[in-house]
Amino acid sequence: MAVRKSAPVINNIPYEEFKDNETLERLIDELNEGGVNALVAPLDKLVDWGRSNSMWPLTFATSCCGIEFMAVAAARYDMARFGFEITRNSPRQGDVLLVNGTITTKMAPVLKRLYDQMCDPKYVIAVGGCAISGGPFTKSYHVVKGVDKFLPVDVYCPGCPPRPESFLYAMMQLQRKVRVEHFFGTTNRKEKDPYKDSLGMGSENYNELLNEQEKA
Amino acid sequence: MNEHIFDFSVVWHWLDELMLSVMPEWLTLTIECVLVALGIITLYAIFAMIMIYLERKVCAFMQCRLGPDRVGPWGLIQVICDVLKMLTKEIVSLRKTDRLLHGLAPFLVITASMLTFSCLPWNKGAQILDFNVGVFFFLAAGSIGVVGILLAGWSANNKYSMIGAMRAGAQIISYELSIGMVMLTMICLAGTMSFSEICQQQADGGWFIFRGHILSVIAFVIYLIAGNAECNRGPFDLPESESELTAGYHTEYSGMDFGYYYLAEYMNLFICAGIASTIFLGGWAPFVIPGLDGFNEIMAMIPGCIWFLGKVFFVIMLLLWERWTFPRLRIDQILTLEWKYLVPMTMVLLVLMALCVSFGLTF
Amino acid sequence: MSNQINPIVVAASELHDKLAALKAEGYDLLECLTGCDWGEEGLGVVYSLTKASTTFEMTHIKCVAEKREQNGETIYTLPTACDLWAIANIYEREVYDFYGIIFLGHPDMRRLFLREDWVGFPFRKDDKPEEKNAEIPATNEEISDTRHCYTLDEQGNVVKTDSPVFADDAYVVNIGPQHPSTHGVLHLRTAIEGEIVKQIDPHLGYIHRGIEKISESLTYPQTLALTDRMDYLGAMQTRHALCMCIEQAMGIEVSDRVKVIRTIMDELQRIDSHCLFFSCLCQDLGATTAFIYGFRDREEILKIFEKTTGGRLIINYNMIGGVAHDLHEDFVKDVKHFINETMPKGLKVYHSIFTGNVIFRNRSIGVGPLTKEQVISYGCTGGTGRAAGWKCDLRKHRPYAAYDQVKFNEISYESGDSMDRYMVRLKEIEESCEIIRQLIDNIPEGDIQVKMKPIVKVPEGTYYSAVEGSRGILGVYLESKGDKSPYRLHYRSTGLPLVAALDEACRDYMLADLITIGGTMDYIIPDIDR
Repeated sequence: MAVRKSAPVINNIPYEEFKDNETLERLIDELNEGGVNALVAPLDKLVDWGRSNSMWPLTFATSCCGIEFMAVAAARYDMARFGFEITRNSPRQGDVLLVNGTITTKMAPVLKRLYDQMCDPKYVIAVGGCAISGGPFTKSYHVVKGVDKFLPVDVYCPGCPPRPESFLYAMMQLQRKVRVEHFFGTTNRKEKDPYKDSLGMGSENYNELLNEQEKA
Repeated sequence: MNEHIFDFSVVWHWLDELMLSVMPEWLTLTIECVLVALGIITLYAIFAMIMIYLERKVCAFMQCRLGPDRVGPWGLIQVICDVLKMLTKEIVSLRKTDRLLHGLAPFLVITASMLTFSCLPWNKGAQILDFNVGVFFFLAAGSIGVVGILLAGWSANNKYSMIGAMRAGAQIISYELSIGMVMLTMICLAGTMSFSEICQQQADGGWFIFRGHILSVIAFVIYLIAGNAECNRGPFDLPESESELTAGYHTEYSGMDFGYYYLAEYMNLFICAGIASTIFLGGWAPFVIPGLDGFNEIMAMIPGCIWFLGKVFFVIMLLLWERWTFPRLRIDQILTLEWKYLVPMTMVLLVLMALCVSFGLTF
Repeated sequence: MSNQINPIVVAASELHDKLAALKAEGYDLLECLTGCDWGEEGLGVVYSLTKASTTFEMTHIKCVAEKREQNGETIYTLPTACDLWAIANIYEREVYDFYGIIFLGHPDMRRLFLREDWVGFPFRKDDKPEEKNAEIPATNEEISDTRHCYTLDEQGNVVKTDSPVFADDAYVVNIGPQHPSTHGVLHLRTAIEGEIVKQIDPHLGYIHRGIEKISESLTYPQTLALTDRMDYLGAMQTRHALCMCIEQAMGIEVSDRVKVIRTIMDELQRIDSHCLFFSCLCQDLGATTAFIYGFRDREEILKIFEKTTGGRLIINYNMIGGVAHDLHEDFVKDVKHFINETMPKGLKVYHSIFTGNVIFRNRSIGVGPLTKEQVISYGCTGGTGRAAGWKCDLRKHRPYAAYDQVKFNEISYESGDSMDRYMVRLKEIEESCEIIRQLIDNIPEGDIQVKMKPIVKVPEGTYYSAVEGSRGILGVYLESKGDKSPYRLHYRSTGLPLVAALDEACRDYMLADLITIGGTMDYIIPDIDR
């Protein structure tokens, strides 16, 4: 038996008032192709509900947007209401990478490494004009014109810097996106050992690496 | 005056005999052990969630914020979301780490925390671990936690973790000393090391914080400070001091491994408060005023576990208040505070208490 | 009043002697060092010196670099001024990074902002950085541990000697670039011994956007947009500095109303910045509750800004010849409420929750002191300089806008430790309120905008203007060839000297003190990297 996942509901804001519902619906249709197992669907829903309400941001800020992000954490806007207040400084423990600010050529590999260090499930929000497209610095020789060139961005939050309200809105949009994903069966595949392929299974280098690992 | 306090041991004995009458002894014992273990884990999880929610709400209140309010009424089930999230988060395994120790560390921490948790006297006759050297056992079991933290720092192959773990080692081992001394002071007053005996005495003769008058109050304050440091809670949260070491000793832990540290941190706070209320505030013993029999009767009608929890949360509130007010100390200041002030003070306290007890100057 | 400067031209061989002579004459602050590519004339630098202990008079020295051919390569050299001013070290590295001018005798000639494997020198007019460097590098940056020192040998050839940055057995911890208390993406490679900091090697440029280079291809009004994004906590002041520089260069006199509005806005911005300083310091030291209190009061200023300008953080308010919008009708009422009710109440709370706290006092008194000589040598202006007893407030010494009409005290302390740096800022909030109080009731009537030609062109020449930003002297060096866009635009960053002094201030203090010292220095990374 197959059931269809319904559109997610966010407290206090009606579904119609969100922008870009088409993308979300397309996403739901895509994910529901072939139907969802009736047993798995409620479990999925439970996990998604948990995840979407417990998005712990990794504190990452390069410039102006970071200050507005601090304002979101402070008393007036208070992102704690949504359960986002536990900002983690270690990438291993964060769930969502808010790219606050301009990403430069020098910063890009660092950011990529940070993203790689995060544990699944991980999400990316590109906050502000600079992170989305380079913003006012598109003419620069040292600015990456959009983090989506090297990171999979889930939500774009425009502004320069975005107002705290739009931060919260972006987080809510992300919540909606998380609510429709699958946990059981599809997404949590184990990533292959990257060294296995590049060095060749059983090759000398690979064994050496394993030995090194043992020793450590 | 405490005959009103319901003795839970009646229930256990009845249960025990009931089971013995239908099955052999070994089976009874096994089933009982499993039941008790389940009981501990459930209680542990429930109180950890309550603690996390409480901390977030109290912190929000102190900071003129609202705190979690979207998930469930007043955000009550926020923590359940967090737990679900953590349970389904990837546990990362790293190259060039000592895998065995890396995996072992969180379990040591959580084991220590659970062992000490089971020492708490919930009610008269309702205690999971109770024997004649209970206090001793508590201190010993509590010290396993620091091994877990040190291993976490050592095995992660990360400089921040390493520094955090070294700080934790220095800090926790130091403060264990003054905790031990303070407890010794109170044992001196009680004359027993069993938690149930300690509670029973306070139910009979009044709370130790009143009986040991000024000395007990000083001991209580020292215990709060040292206990806070023992739990790595602000202003003593150096081992994970976020603004210096990103996440300290658990920098490299993700998912539920990190969750264990997170739970243990809050539960250690609960245990610290629990022990404080046991040895100073009478555990499950009701508040009585000698002479006012009517008042005492009413007090005694409130069940012991309510008394116990009430006292625990009172102490927790004190600790949270401290946590959210003060900035963090520096490592040398922490050690100075311990070795130059608290340790000498507790030593003097111990001697004074011994003198008071021997001359009968306590109540 | 014109701000045109006519730099004294000195040959490279006489440069060091000339600088030393000027220093002996009393020009003890190297306020600004600007590299420039003059095309035919060659590459060179302009030194802007100030009599920091006395009159704040300025002089400018221009020197064209010597061109040498060696092993088929063209290299440009100049003698170093590191021995005269400590800050020259990092300024010269900046010039080397952008223009490839090698400073002979400089102990540490590494790149400052760009990646070490960067090809070319982007500020040279003929350099095409985009063609030679990938937008997203494929590899992680390997940070080398080698310092380069270039000297002349007997035959007049430039020779390179290498030395290690850290000792072999140093335990180096990377603090940053992603770290909660570096206030952005600063990367401090810190050698520690136990908990004691032995050496700090700041690694900059993670947010280097090349604002100065972009400005060379923008029209003057367009360049204004980028100033707000440099020091976003001094957005008003930075933009004020650039507007003032262009206005004075063009000989435009703004109305008194504009002057007063700009002064009030600058001071509000200063309070905003200092509130954030307080909050972040508290956060770094682990007092999260005090952090929220600082932000609560800051929101009030943002509300005032928003009503008039429409922006919270990036304000885009000052324009060439005036301001963008007239004041909102509630402005006077709101500001009065803020300076008379909100802020005094807030300050009282700050003092009771944090200043008097015994833990904070123990962690800040006597920690990371800088002497007056050190701050002048490093050019640490603003609160950091004044905490050390150096009276360096440009609002007093080179008054601009409406600062000559108001009375206020220049706050300064003696010992220059973290506590003093903290107190200077809190006291300055009071002084800023005082300045606003004097101006708010009599904002003169007048135009808010001078009528400008559709295309702004600055007459040919070199210009320099400076304002007192939230965290020090913010200078704008402008060179114009009479076009509609600047030939060279250079900002004197307020934060760069502070980061340069970090090593000196933190040495032999503990790792936790590094956070305190960094917090009280109050630098903003995008302002440093530009």
